[in-house]
Amino acid sequence: MAESRYQSWGRYPKVTQHAVDYLWRADPLPLAATDNSTFLPFGNGRSYGDVCLNGGGTLIDCRGLNKFISFDTTLGILRCESGVLLSEILQIIVPKGWFLAVTPGTQFVTMGGAIANDVHGKNHHRAGTFGCHLRCFELLRSDGSRLLCSADENAELFHATIGGLGLTGIITWAEIQLKAISSPLIEQEVIRFSNLDQFFLLAKESDLTHEYTVAWIDCLAKGKKLGKGLFVRGNHAEERDTPLSKKASRPLPFPIDPPFALVNGPTLKLFNTLYYHKQCGERSHDSVHYEPFFYPLDAIENWNRIYGSKGFFQYQCVIPPESAAAAIREILQRISNAGAGSFLAVLKMFGDRPSPGLLSFPSPGATLALDFPNGGEKTLRLLESLDEVTRAANGKIYPAKDARMSAEDFKQQYPNWVKLAPYLDNKLSSNFWQRVTA
Amino acid sequence: MKKILIIGALSAIAQATARQFAESGDALFLVARDQSKLNVLVEDLRVRGAASVESALLDVLDYDQHQPTLEAAIAAMEGVDIALLAHGTLPHQKACEDSFEVAKKEFEVNAISSISLLTHIANYFEQKKAGTIVAISSVAGDRGRQSNYLYGSAKGALTLFLQGLRNRLYKSGVAVITIKPGFVDTPMTAEFTKGALWAKPEKIAECIVQSINKKRDVVYAPWFWQIIMLVIKLVPETIFKRLSL
Repeated sequence: MAESRYQSWGRYPKVTQHAVDYLWRADPLPLAATDNSTFLPFGNGRSYGDVCLNGGGTLIDCRGLNKFISFDTTLGILRCESGVLLSEILQIIVPKGWFLAVTPGTQFVTMGGAIANDVHGKNHHRAGTFGCHLRCFELLRSDGSRLLCSADENAELFHATIGGLGLTGIITWAEIQLKAISSPLIEQEVIRFSNLDQFFLLAKESDLTHEYTVAWIDCLAKGKKLGKGLFVRGNHAEERDTPLSKKASRPLPFPIDPPFALVNGPTLKLFNTLYYHKQCGERSHDSVHYEPFFYPLDAIENWNRIYGSKGFFQYQCVIPPESAAAAIREILQRISNAGAGSFLAVLKMFGDRPSPGLLSFPSPGATLALDFPNGGEKTLRLLESLDEVTRAANGKIYPAKDARMSAEDFKQQYPNWVKLAPYLDNKLSSNFWQRVTA
Repeated sequence: MKKILIIGALSAIAQATARQFAESGDALFLVARDQSKLNVLVEDLRVRGAASVESALLDVLDYDQHQPTLEAAIAAMEGVDIALLAHGTLPHQKACEDSFEVAKKEFEVNAISSISLLTHIANYFEQKKAGTIVAISSVAGDRGRQSNYLYGSAKGALTLFLQGLRNRLYKSGVAVITIKPGFVDTPMTAEFTKGALWAKPEKIAECIVQSINKKRDVVYAPWFWQIIMLVIKLVPETIFKRLSL
């Protein structure tokens, strides 16, 4: 039996909601006038926690808004409907010598989702967030009004909607500025580092020379090796020998739900050891296709199923520069001590380009992202102990990844949430919003 | 580059197929009943890489407009290589039982209109001695069942008409392809609970494009419907009539 697509990527929490298709952007919203429940736009369900869920209410499935509108191949300006996936955009723009100015770690998010969560990527230190490259969009409110929003027009609503978690209205279409490339390849360098201090040095040096930087951390390493990992940095290749239309290989599906989480202590240790030693020397240099560089996990369709039917949590925080080193060390220590490590641990330095959204997550400092199989109470307690560290360091948690942060923490970390109030559409709600504004 | 005429271009299967044609750089002429939606689709297919995209309004029950519409497509693309018939409705069986007027109209939309369109298209291809006709019939046309025999009999008529046409046009080098989708998850079937046998329109589109490339005759989409329908056709009528299907 096929599972409903109306769940979040972490498959936690599980809620019951009603979904309606929205297929033509000129049509009115597909809501019965008598329907008093709240609604929420739903894209491709790639946010991890509950920002894309509306238990007891209605989801407006916007994936059917999948039309392109225009593509200026001279200026690199693309306009499309909000349900178009970034993967579909890349398919069209790369052969013409353009690329997304900012891309998250999966290409299977919709344009609308990328705006609503103001996503970021490996080039945050240079390019800022997805919203920094957004030129304009149309916002359809529940009262039927349609507003063109940009930095100049309806500017407040523009900034409220970027990172606004879908709560200000339905984005029907949006227009983004792309960036020019001359090759589909990335000149990638992978450098092994053996502790956190080395990471911070590498990040400082690489952010000056490389467009894309990120590190993979082995969370099971303890003591002196705490924070060991691989530093990956890259730039778009300048060569013109590889055709822009060159394709990467197709993804393999992860077809079943295993009876238990395949990610546990022993499998993780094995994986992390293999991953770390995949790197034979201290440094390697390759030209790789953009797909494996940006979207390594997209190569396994439905990789979230690896965590079993109970789902998983992702914890992503950002810690300001002054307290980053100590706080990240403390968080890794706590995870390592708990032995409840994660399949993926990603560490990156954000830059200081301001995020355009009222509720945007990125701000200067170190951001760490980790998965945890849902082990019930024990996992929640560990995550709360990580919250303590984040809180003490004046850090914040990423709503798009969250399913459990407290209302107090949210209000503390996102003081702008009160400024959002005038721009919220009162018919819109989500499990996340109910939880953090309670 | 192929020049493709699509009737019923706003159907989910037609849209998914048109996207694939556009990505291969083909020229398209789209025909449907709603100009503003056609405009949205035209823009989309242009961005996706179609060599050219034009559109025209047509209500398929307006038989007088069939030949002019074909001529408009020929004029716009300087010829037509492939004609895809994807228009249709899913009639409400009970309403068709209560009213012959409803039954007649549904039969016209799903069978007679195609016979008219195919008459013009077939004559054009036959005279040109080239071309491919692809028409979307249905597994429902393989055997009459109480739950949707009006739809089934219309699609059954279309299937037989296509069979005869294939036979006639073979010597002229014109391919006639009958696509028989099973359950497809589209707005037309929004009211149904979807199970394991349901396919996405993109899947049917893939089957259609492959069938054209391989010049197939009758294609079940996805393929496993061929087995299911074989079994269903094998049930003796004395037993079949007692089943609630």
